[in-house]
Amino acid sequence: MSTAYPIPSDISPATVKNTASLLRIVALSLISGAAIASRLFAVINFESIIHEFDPWFNYRATRVLAAKGFYEFWNWFDPTAWYPLGRVVGGTVYPGLMVTSGVIYNILHFLNLPVDIRNVCVLLAPGFSALTAWATYMFTKEMKDESAGLLAAAFIGIVPGYISRSVAGSYDNEAIAIFLLMFTFYCWIKALKQGSALFGTIAAVFYFYMVAAWGGYVFITNMIPLHALVLVLMGRFSDRLYVAYSSWYAIGTLASMQVPFVGFQPVSTSEHMGALGVFGLLQIVAFAQLVRTHVSSQQFQKLLFGSVVAIGVLGFFSFIFLTYKGKIAPWTGRFYSLWDTGYAKKYIPIIASVSEHQPTAWPSFFMDLQFLIFLFPAGVVLCFRELRDEHLFVIIYAVMASYFAGVMVRLMLTLTPVVCVASAVALSTLLDTYIDPTEPVADDDTRSEADSTVTSNGSSAPSKKAKKAAAAAVSAPSKGPLSDLVAAATGSAHAGTGNITTGIFGLDSRGVVVLNVVFMLMFFVFHCTWVTSNAYSSPSVVLASTNPDGSQHIIDDFREAYYWLRQNTPQDAVVMSWWDYGYQIAGMADRPTLVDNNTWNNTHIATVGKAMSSSEEVAYPILRKHDVDYVLVIFGGLIGYSGDDINKFLWMVRIAQGVWPEEIQEPNYFTSQGEYRIDDRASQTMKDSLMYKMSYYRFNELFGGNPGTDRVRQQQVPKEGPTLDYLDEAFTSENWIVSLFPSLSYLAPHHFFRSTSDASNCICSRNSDSDFVSMSLLVLPRW
Amino acid sequence: MAPKSTPASSETAFNAFNTLWKAYRDGTSDRLKFIDSFLFFLMLSGIVQFAYCILVSNFPYNAFLAGFSSTVGQFVLAASLRSQVNPDNKDEFKDVSPERAFADFALGSIVLHFFVYNFLG
Repeated sequence: MSTAYPIPSDISPATVKNTASLLRIVALSLISGAAIASRLFAVINFESIIHEFDPWFNYRATRVLAAKGFYEFWNWFDPTAWYPLGRVVGGTVYPGLMVTSGVIYNILHFLNLPVDIRNVCVLLAPGFSALTAWATYMFTKEMKDESAGLLAAAFIGIVPGYISRSVAGSYDNEAIAIFLLMFTFYCWIKALKQGSALFGTIAAVFYFYMVAAWGGYVFITNMIPLHALVLVLMGRFSDRLYVAYSSWYAIGTLASMQVPFVGFQPVSTSEHMGALGVFGLLQIVAFAQLVRTHVSSQQFQKLLFGSVVAIGVLGFFSFIFLTYKGKIAPWTGRFYSLWDTGYAKKYIPIIASVSEHQPTAWPSFFMDLQFLIFLFPAGVVLCFRELRDEHLFVIIYAVMASYFAGVMVRLMLTLTPVVCVASAVALSTLLDTYIDPTEPVADDDTRSEADSTVTSNGSSAPSKKAKKAAAAAVSAPSKGPLSDLVAAATGSAHAGTGNITTGIFGLDSRGVVVLNVVFMLMFFVFHCTWVTSNAYSSPSVVLASTNPDGSQHIIDDFREAYYWLRQNTPQDAVVMSWWDYGYQIAGMADRPTLVDNNTWNNTHIATVGKAMSSSEEVAYPILRKHDVDYVLVIFGGLIGYSGDDINKFLWMVRIAQGVWPEEIQEPNYFTSQGEYRIDDRASQTMKDSLMYKMSYYRFNELFGGNPGTDRVRQQQVPKEGPTLDYLDEAFTSENWIVSLFPSLSYLAPHHFFRSTSDASNCICSRNSDSDFVSMSLLVLPRW
Repeated sequence: MAPKSTPASSETAFNAFNTLWKAYRDGTSDRLKFIDSFLFFLMLSGIVQFAYCILVSNFPYNAFLAGFSSTVGQFVLAASLRSQVNPDNKDEFKDVSPERAFADFALGSIVLHFFVYNFLG
């Protein structure tokens, strides 16, 4: 038996095995380290700070949990949010994230490690990304083998599609949810493979954790039943499937109802009915199977089959009937918007207004997944080759997640794990084939003989065939390249396998492929690091730009303004702003807000939208009715920050129009040519609107009385700036990003400094929440 | 699974049902019959609860759901146990010995009833 390269032959199989498992542990811990480390750019470049919008609420809630305990948190009514309505926080959150960091915080303090709760929150996502890598390793191991698992773990550890939601400081539900997703899927696969109620129960418990952590649990609720359904339809029903699914569903569903925010939904909404239907179907099928083992008469079989179909149809119609009667809630708008991408824009502008709900742009697939995106289909095809039950799961997951990722930017997150798994399977198959040292024999006589065996076995892949033949020769079942190596090294095993004639000859052909793979992997690492450090690590609360000399310039207007509010206004001063900034105001300024990122009350948001888009005379009574003391406006025209309120303004108009169609009309805000302008040609309604006036109030003074240039929209503002009669400027931050206008008659001194004009290359991260210019990734090089 | 609820609409079906019953009585070990009687009890309990919910009131809906889930969950866990210890399925469950199956059953029931207890209200 010849080999392509020398293999030490004096190593016992036990040594190889032990070394391999040691190497695996070392590799996994290094992967975990890399996963955590690459998420720390945000902390190193900026500071340990909570990012963006939603995390600020999660952080605030966690602080309550840490300070006052679980029961206080559970019963927390927050009177400062949605002023004057208030918000029952305990019943309207997914508490998993807060409870997780609360538990970690308490454990650390129990161990006398006085870690600040903020640092626990900031570092939670990187920590969980290490667990995600591990869970993905376990999952992929079930699909192929350990080496594919390690590749998948390495991919998910650093792939930007996942990093975008889990950098340090991105304290959002997704931070822990992806780990829970992967681990639940792993337990499901394990339960299905073994037919074990234990793993079914574990899957249910982690499903419960997932339900408590993220609204995306519905993905699991439908993926697992879909997998089960496909298995049944393919005639692959087995008692293992019954055990796994039943134990998962029975316990998981009951458990999911323990979360107050979910409540009775699992038994009353359409999104959850698929799981219930499959559960019922499995009971019937299992019963039919059992009966069939006792009676074998042909007629009875037919009767049985008929009754199963009849019960299925009956169940389906009763579902429709119950939906019609209103017992089961129909599909929600969010669901419809997954099938019809135009739906949200027409009926629920508040969902459409969020940039992460927009359809995904093609480049972002490459940006987020790099070379994995073209390995991914290969991996899915490889799953078809063996097509065991668990491979079907990956295939279904791949199809569903690909579709959803195309519909919504944020669902890229659910696609990323399966892309990593499938690519790892593809890549590791490739490497298995090309690293395998077994040298085929180029002998014509044996070739014809071998060819006949190959064709008779009907295997499509010769190299796999070769390996199978080798494996068959060894008494122990061969698994992965390693044991092949062992078998080759020990020599004796291959005595009867001299008939392998197809395969890879020599070192050069192996070298070319392997070097290419190594090159691609290295480039992937560079890409991931670059994307992470440049695009995904901006806190968006603090912005960075580059000075002409190349040094970093920090734009800290948000915190400047929020702290001004905190220091200079009474505790109960109500701040009105667009909903994007509600959580930040509550978190950093600690002041009541009218609307925030919870967006549960469309009318309230529309009220704010109306106030912003009407003239001062109309807006003022609205402000008074809501006790508004300050109006907060985000304006990026001076430094070129594109995620500002003028860019979001059309959504305010649209949402207000949805409630007051006769008072606010979107076309009025465009010029007669249908352009959205802010210069001389802007429509009168636009110029009169409160938002326009507040944004450009005294803007020209910065330019010494000459018309100033808005750097976001690249237009000159009118020579005569707007005047305000009812409101006055209270505070404008250094770079003019945040302005505050007191709506009552008192006047605070306003300070602003002329900003340095170099503050232009601002890194506006992807997530300026309702940014109607879509997800403009404004990454300009910072060096 | 419990040997009943076969749709016996016609006479042939009735005959078939008889043969089924006979085959079941002869071809099932006592241990499985014991589990089956438990399953039958659980099914009756579930039917009674469901009937109560429909006919009388579902007022403490969480209590009804907890009770009903308890019977359904216990039913499927016991049914799982039954198929795992069934000697006919031996090669299907290579990794699950009867002892392990019972341990799984016990653990699943404990977890289930933890949630049931929490949900009773």
